[in-house]
Amino acid sequence: MMFRQGSRLLAGSVRLSRRPFSTATEVPAATTTNADSGFIESWKKVIPNIDPPKTPSHFMNPRPATPSSIPSKITVNFVLPYASELSTKEVDMVIIPATTGQMGVLPGHVPTIAELKPGILSVHEGNDVTKYFLSSGFAFIHANSVADVIAVEAVPVDHIDPSLVQKGLTDFTQKLSSATTELDKAEAQIGVDIHSALNAALSG
Amino acid sequence: MAMAALRREGRRFVPLISPQPISAVQSSLISQEQAPLGVRSISTQIVRNRMKSVKNIQKITKAMKMVAASKLRAIQIKAENSRGIWQPFTALLGDNPSVDVKKNVIITVSSDKGLCGGINSTSVKMSKALHKLTSGPEKQSTYVILGEKAKAQLIRDSKNNIELCITELQRNPLNYTQVSVLADDILKNVEYDALRIVFNKFHSVVSFPPTVATVLSPETVERESESGGNLGELDSYEIEGGETKGEILQNLAEFQFSCVMFNAVLENACSEQGARMSAMDSSSRNAGEMLDRLTLTYNRTRQASITTELIEIISGASALKG
Repeated sequence: MMFRQGSRLLAGSVRLSRRPFSTATEVPAATTTNADSGFIESWKKVIPNIDPPKTPSHFMNPRPATPSSIPSKITVNFVLPYASELSTKEVDMVIIPATTGQMGVLPGHVPTIAELKPGILSVHEGNDVTKYFLSSGFAFIHANSVADVIAVEAVPVDHIDPSLVQKGLTDFTQKLSSATTELDKAEAQIGVDIHSALNAALSG
Repeated sequence: MAMAALRREGRRFVPLISPQPISAVQSSLISQEQAPLGVRSISTQIVRNRMKSVKNIQKITKAMKMVAASKLRAIQIKAENSRGIWQPFTALLGDNPSVDVKKNVIITVSSDKGLCGGINSTSVKMSKALHKLTSGPEKQSTYVILGEKAKAQLIRDSKNNIELCITELQRNPLNYTQVSVLADDILKNVEYDALRIVFNKFHSVVSFPPTVATVLSPETVERESESGGNLGELDSYEIEGGETKGEILQNLAEFQFSCVMFNAVLENACSEQGARMSAMDSSSRNAGEMLDRLTLTYNRTRQASITTELIEIISGASALKG
């Protein structure tokens, strides 16, 4: 899995002054996923003496239904394994680093599932633009103008140290040229990819 | 180490408590006492020893409670922070516990260490029930076990259905990298149409509702979305990147599994510490109560012997006078 490699490398070139991420918990969000009544019925038929277990939808706030007109703002949930970076935040636009290229998402975007590559996620809110560097992950854009971005690792761009990025880039380029096995080669390639994406993010 | 000490104390303790309840101790002490001829004092040696061992056990359980409480604090923050990660997947793919597929894999999450209340037996009970629910003619349902305790319980009667056992997960602090390696391992070793992850979700220090999260294989997702049903909406999504839809769905399913597993493992670890804390709390309280009763017995016996001696002296003196 490339996610792992990516996040480790990314963590390596981030200064430790990272601000603590918010501790927001359950992300309240869209489409109503009712508890599966069929499951509970069949459970009670087969195992009458034990209460049916809970399922994830019990613990999730229902997501809003698709509005008839396009809302003026898009709701963003941006989650990492160790934090909920943004939860149901209403913003004007997000730009997502999809594997097919940067993708601007405005309210009323067609429902999309996009795989992400290392790159910049920018969140536009009025005149404020917040930029994060993501290692990889997925983004879902729902019909109800809710966008979910799931990343393995992410840091605000201003926390990245340019000198460490340069050093990492030269290191991995060297490793790539001297790699002998397929595995070494792949690892070095991932390192080069991430560092050049970081480099591009810093210069761009 | 604390466990070993506790076990040692327990062994010393068991032959003493098992034969008769507390109230019977006093009389049995007197009757069994082998005092030298003519001496009528009552020995309190046995009660004193027992008080000492109860006190030691209480010290150990108190210490274990403190340890669990501090571990709980650290892991609770982690578990709560990881709760965002599975929700987008559930919003997109829905929650499908009732999905009817051929190859079911039940992943039972449990702890490696005991002395933590009933959370492991709850996991096992739920897994067995799920196994019963998902197995049938032409259907296959197997277990993947995380943690020593569920392994010990399931290996007894479901040995043939166990596909994989993974233990010592919590030797290092849990992180996403470690869990995704584990998820990779599981996916490499099993064939599945649906993965059902059974764990105890941490709710509060006293409540850990057993929870089942379902992760479908890419093929199942595709089939279900084509046939409408729960996943019917998925067809309306445009898919960006990747060569084919299948490839993206494959990546998505693997990523979903690692994310759901990450949350499940953290929630279960958190429940374990919570359960251990309350279990150790009640056992220290129990030890305290027992100590009180023993102290009472001890003092009463001592008092009785003093009274007897006094009576003997006084009656002797009055007999001489009379």
